[in-house]
Amino acid sequence: MNEEIILAGFGGQGILFAGKVLAYCGLIDEKEVSWLPSYGPEMRGGTANCSVCVSDEPIGSPLVLNPSLMLAMNLPSYDKFINSVKPGGKAFIDSTMVEEKSDRTDIDCFYISATQLATDNELNGMANIILLGKMIKETSLFSLETVRKAMEKSIPPRKANMLDLNMKAIEIGMNY
Amino acid sequence: MERNLMKGNEALAEAAIRAGCKCFFGYPITPQTELSAYMAKRMEKAGGVFLQAESEIAAINMVLGAAATGVRAMTSSSSPGISLKSEGISYIAGSDLPCVIINVQRGGPGLGGIQPSQADYWQATKALGHGDFHLLVYAPASVQEMINMLTKAFDLADEYRMPAMILADGLLGQMMEPVTFPEIKANVVEKPWATNGHQFKRKHNIVNSLYLQPDGLQKTVQDRFVRYEDIKKKHSEAELYKTEDADIVVVAYGATARVAKSAVNKAREAGIKAGLIRPMTLWPFPEKQIVEGTKAASDVLVVEMSMGQMVDDVKLSLECSKPVHFFGRTGGVIPKPTEIFDEIIKIGGAK
Amino acid sequence: MAVVFEKPKALADVSTHYCPGCTHGIIHRLVAEVIDEMGIEGDTIGVCPVGCSVMAYNYFNCDMIEAPHGRAPAVATGAKRAMPDKYVFTYQGDGDLAAIGTAETVHSATRGENIVIIFVNNTTYGMTGGQMAPTTLPGQVTQTTPYGRNTETQGYPIRVCEMLATLDGVALAQRVAVDSVPHIREAKKAIRKAFENQKNKRGFSIVEVLSTCPTNWGLTPIESLTRLREDCIPYYPLGVYKDITAEEVVK
Repeated sequence: MNEEIILAGFGGQGILFAGKVLAYCGLIDEKEVSWLPSYGPEMRGGTANCSVCVSDEPIGSPLVLNPSLMLAMNLPSYDKFINSVKPGGKAFIDSTMVEEKSDRTDIDCFYISATQLATDNELNGMANIILLGKMIKETSLFSLETVRKAMEKSIPPRKANMLDLNMKAIEIGMNY
Repeated sequence: MERNLMKGNEALAEAAIRAGCKCFFGYPITPQTELSAYMAKRMEKAGGVFLQAESEIAAINMVLGAAATGVRAMTSSSSPGISLKSEGISYIAGSDLPCVIINVQRGGPGLGGIQPSQADYWQATKALGHGDFHLLVYAPASVQEMINMLTKAFDLADEYRMPAMILADGLLGQMMEPVTFPEIKANVVEKPWATNGHQFKRKHNIVNSLYLQPDGLQKTVQDRFVRYEDIKKKHSEAELYKTEDADIVVVAYGATARVAKSAVNKAREAGIKAGLIRPMTLWPFPEKQIVEGTKAASDVLVVEMSMGQMVDDVKLSLECSKPVHFFGRTGGVIPKPTEIFDEIIKIGGAK
Repeated sequence: MAVVFEKPKALADVSTHYCPGCTHGIIHRLVAEVIDEMGIEGDTIGVCPVGCSVMAYNYFNCDMIEAPHGRAPAVATGAKRAMPDKYVFTYQGDGDLAAIGTAETVHSATRGENIVIIFVNNTTYGMTGGQMAPTTLPGQVTQTTPYGRNTETQGYPIRVCEMLATLDGVALAQRVAVDSVPHIREAKKAIRKAFENQKNKRGFSIVEVLSTCPTNWGLTPIESLTRLREDCIPYYPLGVYKDITAEEVVK
């Protein structure tokens, strides 16, 4: 396995958290992993993105330039990264937030109305996790068991009640 | 041992606490702020002192005061803040005090930027303040290595009575990687020189860097340089990767070395005999390892996130015995593996 | 024969480098007497500044640290935080404390660091040869105000005690002088109170001591004391600007 993943969106959409869950999935499956956020003024309400690498081999640069997997939750992020996806790669796009469709034929694009789905299922703020569910389904990167353990690691103890809600969001994404 | 994901900045803080750091004095600056925040949360519970100073200058002088009493003390900052600390660092070195200073480098000069950089190499290894002196300078390339090196930095600082620096960068500080915290047995070094109250049991101790007699100052500095020679002999470190048969050896440290390693692997796949030397201590600079690791090589390529600073030390180590090329990115731009690969091809292709 | 007067034990038996007629010697003695009387020499850490008293580490018998210029309060903060049970004091001049070290002074005060600051104000940079200090009086001639301090271009002197007295972290801010026996006795009481404050963990105590500099003032020692009385004290009135123990009594 050697996945280079970019997750991107507005600050507040849970981009860094979704990346953290992915990184923990890799950790639990005993892979090499790295997680690198964009930092600085960018994160204050602007666009946020993070690079996650999951690999069988030690990770060189943790900065992902050409992702094999991309998750975009707003138009600026989609515009910024859609053409950087590796041929053969996969893009997961929140179609509630991004109306455009890519004309690239060398990658698989999945359009999920994640923000709408979250609202419909009373899972506000969990569009990120719905997209993550879809990514895990389409890539078979990690088992549901691994994802659950990763969630347990990523969710702070004082928010433990969020675990089931997050797992519900994963399932919605997987079944989309 | 349990593996956990941890940010570089937080791992440095936790490692310091585990290494017996009793006092941490900080001041906010991107991209190292998580370190202070972690200390604020944990230090008091661990029985230590966390204090946010009014400036970087005050913070380093608080380190001076705490270190003088014999406890392990630390401060952290990023490039512009380290410049402010340079006064205090010179006094600490001149007073033969041990401490650890973290520099999570960002682009410069001036306010520069906040993205990763290695442009403080000269500052850290040649001129972190006025006068004849050195710091131990460690250059980690992973979050785990930050933990390991921090412990060593405290131990050697105590042993040799000198400041030590962890020279990281924004990328290492901000990234999360799996880490484990090994059981640490911190070296407990006796500090009979400490100004912690003489209790009428000994003559008063003086922590001082003032020597008004030139002979006296010369002798003090010369004695210090005798210790430096001992450190050079015993404590320079470097990782040599596929260098035995390498025609082209890349030399890179810190985050850049990770990118360079990817490029070296790519070159090997393309049939080019490339290798990598990764200095892990920048002072003392691993001169012998540079000579050793380039024995088979016809060319050396130094890669840095700067306009070329460590390249000077590589050239000095090799004494003009072979061509030393340079490739750099600066201002917060991180070199791409493909760019370094292209440089390797360019040099190899010229043969 | 009964001994009626001797050198305090906390002062080293060495001759100092201070100029003839300089009042640093008196102030050193007062600090050392207080340390002796409280019996705390073995638990005291002194911090010297850069300036005339840069080598005070050779004169006090307690453990001593030499700080960079202006940074003594930060160094003292580090030492005190590391060793909260020890007594930590700084001994600083006006250039050190009120110019280059203003930030360290104000912030250690507002944090209520449980330390003592002995602030020696003689309205000039003595060690470097008599330049304008932040406390140089309007019209005062120094090496860098050869025509007298012009407040239009060089601004006004800082009244440190008045300024620090506004801060909640300050336990004691008192200005004293060493120009006469009654004033010297008053000065010692203030220094004792400052150290007692530290003992009782009351926070930051500063004792500003108006002092002389015969060499750089270009006056004889006697004339210097007269100038201190006639020029300095009117601009820097003696008195207690803050004393939380007095407030306690009122309550």
